[in-house]
Parts: sequence; C-alpha cells; structure tokens
Amino acid sequence: MAFSLHGVHVPHRKHTQDLPAARMAPPSTVTIPMSMHIGAPARPVVKAGDLVKVGTLIAEAGGVVSSPIYASVSGKVTKLPNILLSNGTTVPAVVIESDGEMTPDETLTPPVVDSRDSFIEAVRASGVVGLGGAGFPTHVKLNVDPARIEYLIVNGTECEPYITSDTYTMNERREDMAYAIEALKAHLGIKNIIIGVESNKKKAIASMMQLMNETCKGCTVSVKVLPSIYPQGGEKVLIYHATGRVVPVGKLPIDVGCIVINCTTLAAIGTYLKTGMPLVEKCVTVDGGAIKNAQNVIVPIGTSISDLFEFCGGLTVEPAKVLYGGPMMGISIPDVSLPVMKNTNAVLALTKKEAALPKTTACIRCGSCTNTCPFGLAPAMFAKAYEKKDAVMLEELGINACMECGCCSYVCPANRPLVQTNKLAKILVREEKAKEDK
Amino acid sequence: MNHQLKLSVSPHIHSGRSTAGIMRDVLIALAPATIAGVVIFGWRALLVVAICVASSVGFEALYNLIVKREQTVGDLSAAVTGLLLALNLPANVPLWQCVVGSLFAIIVVKALFGGIGCNLVNPAITARVFMLIAFGSMATQAYPTIVDTVSGATPLAQIMQGSTPSLTDLLLGLHGGSIGETCSVALLLGGAYLLIRRVISWHLPVAFVGTTFLFSFFMGGMDAMYALSMVLSGGLLIAAFFMATDYVTSPATAWGKIIFGVGAGLITCMIRYFGIYPEGVSFAILLMNILTPYIDSWTKHKVFGRGGKRA
Repeated sequence: MAFSLHGVHVPHRKHTQDLPAARMAPPSTVTIPMSMHIGAPARPVVKAGDLVKVGTLIAEAGGVVSSPIYASVSGKVTKLPNILLSNGTTVPAVVIESDGEMTPDETLTPPVVDSRDSFIEAVRASGVVGLGGAGFPTHVKLNVDPARIEYLIVNGTECEPYITSDTYTMNERREDMAYAIEALKAHLGIKNIIIGVESNKKKAIASMMQLMNETCKGCTVSVKVLPSIYPQGGEKVLIYHATGRVVPVGKLPIDVGCIVINCTTLAAIGTYLKTGMPLVEKCVTVDGGAIKNAQNVIVPIGTSISDLFEFCGGLTVEPAKVLYGGPMMGISIPDVSLPVMKNTNAVLALTKKEAALPKTTACIRCGSCTNTCPFGLAPAMFAKAYEKKDAVMLEELGINACMECGCCSYVCPANRPLVQTNKLAKILVREEKAKEDK
Repeated sequence: MNHQLKLSVSPHIHSGRSTAGIMRDVLIALAPATIAGVVIFGWRALLVVAICVASSVGFEALYNLIVKREQTVGDLSAAVTGLLLALNLPANVPLWQCVVGSLFAIIVVKALFGGIGCNLVNPAITARVFMLIAFGSMATQAYPTIVDTVSGATPLAQIMQGSTPSLTDLLLGLHGGSIGETCSVALLLGGAYLLIRRVISWHLPVAFVGTTFLFSFFMGGMDAMYALSMVLSGGLLIAAFFMATDYVTSPATAWGKIIFGVGAGLITCMIRYFGIYPEGVSFAILLMNILTPYIDSWTKHKVFGRGGKRA
C-alpha cells in the first residue's frame, strides 16, 4: 500500500470508553419501528392485545432485502401506530407495554446450522442488520458465492467522536465475536479475517489480539491497528487500509473480494447462533455536554430517547441538538420521543457550544476540501456545478463516489454546506438520469 | 423538553478554522517584515503601511455600504491586501498614490469581480503592477535606504551591474528596496509561521524559490553564492511565501501549486535576465494567476476507485 487516504483529526471525546456499560431496566413502553434497516419494511405479525415475550417474532421480513423484528420486552402489544422517523418517512411501529419481567420467549433455541444455506438463513432469522449505522441486512451481504470472499474485514475502527459502543463490544463481547467468526469460517470457508481497530483503543486492541490468539486454528484471523484518523471506518477506506484494494466507484466491496462487517453486528450474530436470542437490545453510547452521566447503556430496542436520557441522570442543560450517531455523520432529530433502533449506536445531546457552527461565508478557494477528501473529490467544484444544475459535470467530477463523511465541511474555513450540497447534487444526478431513461 | 431542537445536515461539529483566522495568521506572519521595514526605512514606511491598510479596509467597507452587501471587512482580507501592497512599495512613494493603489486593488480587482474568493488575480500584486506602469516614477526612483548607508541602487540592480552585495546585508535587508521585501530573515520567519500553522503548504514557495535558484545558478555559471543572492534580493521571498500563495488566485492541489511555482520562477528569471524591468516577480505571479483555472483543471485529484489500479 503506497499512501494512506486523507482524512481529518477530529476530537476523540471518548469519555465513555473506560466506564462500565449499564443495563437499563425495561421502560414502561417500547416503540419498535418496522423500518430499522435498508430495504422493505418488515410486516407486523402481531395485533393489539397480543402477549409477547423477549425474542417473540413481531414482524417478518417484508422482502428479500429486509429483516425480521422481535419483541424487545415482555408484555402486551397495545397499538400499531404510524410514526414519523428522522429521515422523514412515516412507518408503522409496534408499541409494547412492558410487564417489567423481561421474560425470554421459551420457544427460542439455538438454530441448527450445518450448511452454508442454513447459516445464511440463521443470519436472516437473527434480525441482524449492519449495526455500524447503515442498517443493511447482513444476510444479504453474506449471501454471495463463498469463493468470491477473500477477506472478511471486521470493522472495529469506531472513528466518530464520542461513540464507544463498538469498543464495548470488542472489550466485553469477545466470545460472541469469536463464535460468529468460527461459524463464518466453517460455513462460508473464509480464509482471511482482518479485524481493523483504531490505535486510540488500547484495551480493545488487546482484547482483539486475545481473540486472534484464541481462534488461531489455522491462523486466519489478524488484527490491524490503524491510525486514528477520521473516516478510518468508512467501508472503502478500511478496505484500502486493511488490504490495499481499491473498490471502484459504483462497485461493492465483494467486487474486490472483500466483505466488511461491523464488530457489533458480528457479536449479535454470535449471540443468536449460541443462544437463539435474536437482536433485541443494543448498547448505546449516551453522551454530549447536555447529558448528566455519560455512559454506555444496554437497552431494549424501541426504548425512547427521553427514557434513555432519564436513565442517564437527565439533562443538565437544554441541548441544542440531539443526534442519532456521531457528530460527523449522525442525524439530528426533532423529537426525543423517537426510539433506539437496531442501527442506533449512540445518542448524543449536544450543548449549544458543542453544536455551534461558524457563520457561512464566501468560498476562498483554499483547497482544504479537496485536499482533505479521502477519495480525492473536489467538493468546491461540486458546489459550483450544482449551482449551475449541471448533472453531467457533477457525474464527471465523481459525485457518486462521495460517502458524505463530512471532512470537507469540517475543515472548510468558510463553513460552506458542502456535504449538504453533495447530497442535493446526488439527487439531481439521479433525477436527470431518470428523465433520460424515460 | 418542549423547546426546539436544531436540525441540520451532518457534520455537526467544525474544526473552528475560519477565513478571518487564516487572514489573522497572515497578518501575524507579516509582522516581522513590517517591523523590519519600519526599522530600515523609518517612520515614512509606517505611514505608507498605515495609509494602505486604512484605505483598503475603508474602500471595502464603503463599497459594501454602497452596493448594500453584507459587511466583509471583518474577514481581514482587505487588511491583508493593504498590508501586502504597502510592503511592496518604496517608503518614499507619494501618499496619494497609496490611496489610488488601494482603490485599484480593492474596488477594481476584487469588489467588481464579486468580492473575496471571486477575483481572478491577486489584488495587491495587480495594484502594484498598475502603480508601476501608471506612476512611472516608481520603477526608476532610487529607493531610500537606512540611515548612514550610502548606496541607492537595489541589490538586484547591483547584481545585474556585476557587483555582489554582502550576504549579511541581504539577510538583514540593509539595502534599498520596497518596504517589506528587503529583510530576508523576517520574511523567512513569517513564512515558517505560515507553514507551521498550515496556512500554506511548502509546494508553491519551494517550487518558486527553487526554480529561481536553479535558473540563476546556471545563468551565473554554476555559482551557488550568486544564485543565493538572486533568491534573497528583489521581491522573491515575500512573493513566494505571501503573494503567490494567495488561495483565491493559486491552484488548490499540491501538483498545481508546484506547476504554479515553477512557472512563476521561470517567468521571474526571464524578466530579470531578458526584460526591461529589473524585477519580475509581480508580473510572474500575475501571469500565473491567469493560468490558475487551467492548472486547476489539469491537476485535479484522481477520484479514488476510478480507473487505474485494481479495478
């Protein structure tokens, strides 16, 4: 590998890194949206009044690219309302009133896995989706010709500021991860597994080294310590730094023989294979200057953010912004009644000071954006082309290669809304394409 | 919690860099050269600096008022333009010419093209070239020198006439020239500050100075000392570190900056050796400014994952 890709040194703010994770008692109700993944929403199989236990199927996958959903608390289904999610879509949800018992569903048993197909089916049934944030159904990602998979890369980089829930997984759920790795080796015949961890997570590195030594029958697992430079955890960035391979624009990692799986996703698969308990809870980093007791909290999926905040001692000041995920790529949300979802790895309540952005001024052509972009793109040029609504130019400049990591906006001395423009520009290109196809 | 939560597209944090912060760094970096200029050329130099800065900022404020634009003097770019213009003028320049030069830099070169970020050429450089041509006296006028030194000719003129000024004089700037261009030590100090603060990268200054050095080295019969004195005299250092590196009018990528620097170095030497003007850095930068959009389009980064390598 010749060069490292560019990036930015963001503040780490990993306050919760060395704190133990707390398990939150079940809230009085949970609201579980039917769309917590990329793909078709799940179809509810329960109705108001049904009694459910932890792990009871409440919604089946709504298509091939979809994922089943399970009750995260024991209790009674009270209603199936439509709720507005932070991405602006309205989706059905299942509201369960908790009986406070957290009784596991006694019908749950570890799946019988004896072949590739039964393994993929088990991953599908586990309800696991990309837990790093993307929410792409994992069974779809793994459902490729095993001969094509040269490298399985486990993403333990966790490069966003504040977030330490993956660090928690690597520190505390090593056995679940190892279990899943053994299964991947056995059923998909994966020969090379690389665990990528950023250098600022000393304890996690030690833990992963131990995992490497424990599972090193045939020596297939290696740990790659990577510099703590954002966006180290970007899929294509990680693949390049771990293997030297470049994923072409518009192609998938598997096209260069790689599959990337987040470490928490891996652990969730391990738990299901070992115990039969599907994905019903998440470790969420609750942090930000407005939170009284910042910590990692293990909560049932569907727990409202307000309940989560309350568990963490409440808010010390009114937050200016509340985010799903980290400050570089996270989504700001309008309402703390929204629930923790499968792919929620952090909830941040930022103070006015933390969320303060400088005034937007004129572009001074300093070149910081293009010199920071990991993919060598020129955001300032995108902005100019977008102003002219020039979809051809946008495509030529490589707009679709942009992963919206936010480095350009972060370093821009004029605080131009570069990521926002890129998002809009992608929509423009898509619309123009659709027009042409007509 | 019923108050309004702020919604916006990511990222939600910022590095804290700002245009004003960058311009403040440039002003700080120019402080040693300014102080040296005042020490060497006396209070008249300070007066030129004050008038150029004040009139540049004043014209920008006035223009914004007249065209009802948001006030931009706070970004300090007009102050930088004024200071750079002053440092490129001799201390005995008529004061009214300073005002006209500032007017030209701020209004004609910058504001009429759309303000900061939109100008095609460097305002301070262009104003200097304008003054050189419009007020012919500037080019030929003997520059004032520090008290007690006698020589009136600039070192560049001396070298061209066959004599070599002492290295100490060149480093300390104890000779004729524009206010801010003579003291090489002060300029290198400021340049180092800009590099450390990452306001500029090494590519452009190194390419510019390096090209001039090599060209002079060969022209001077492989004489390193001669080449060094060519680098340290005239306006090369202030141009290479402070003028050519202007973001707006220089290329964005590393290779683009290197091409700009080499080009500016070559043109500087061409003018020095073959032109009618003794010094060519201003013209060199102005010409390379005009080429910048082309250099930018030749030196775009390769998009990661497009063509080449393992596709």
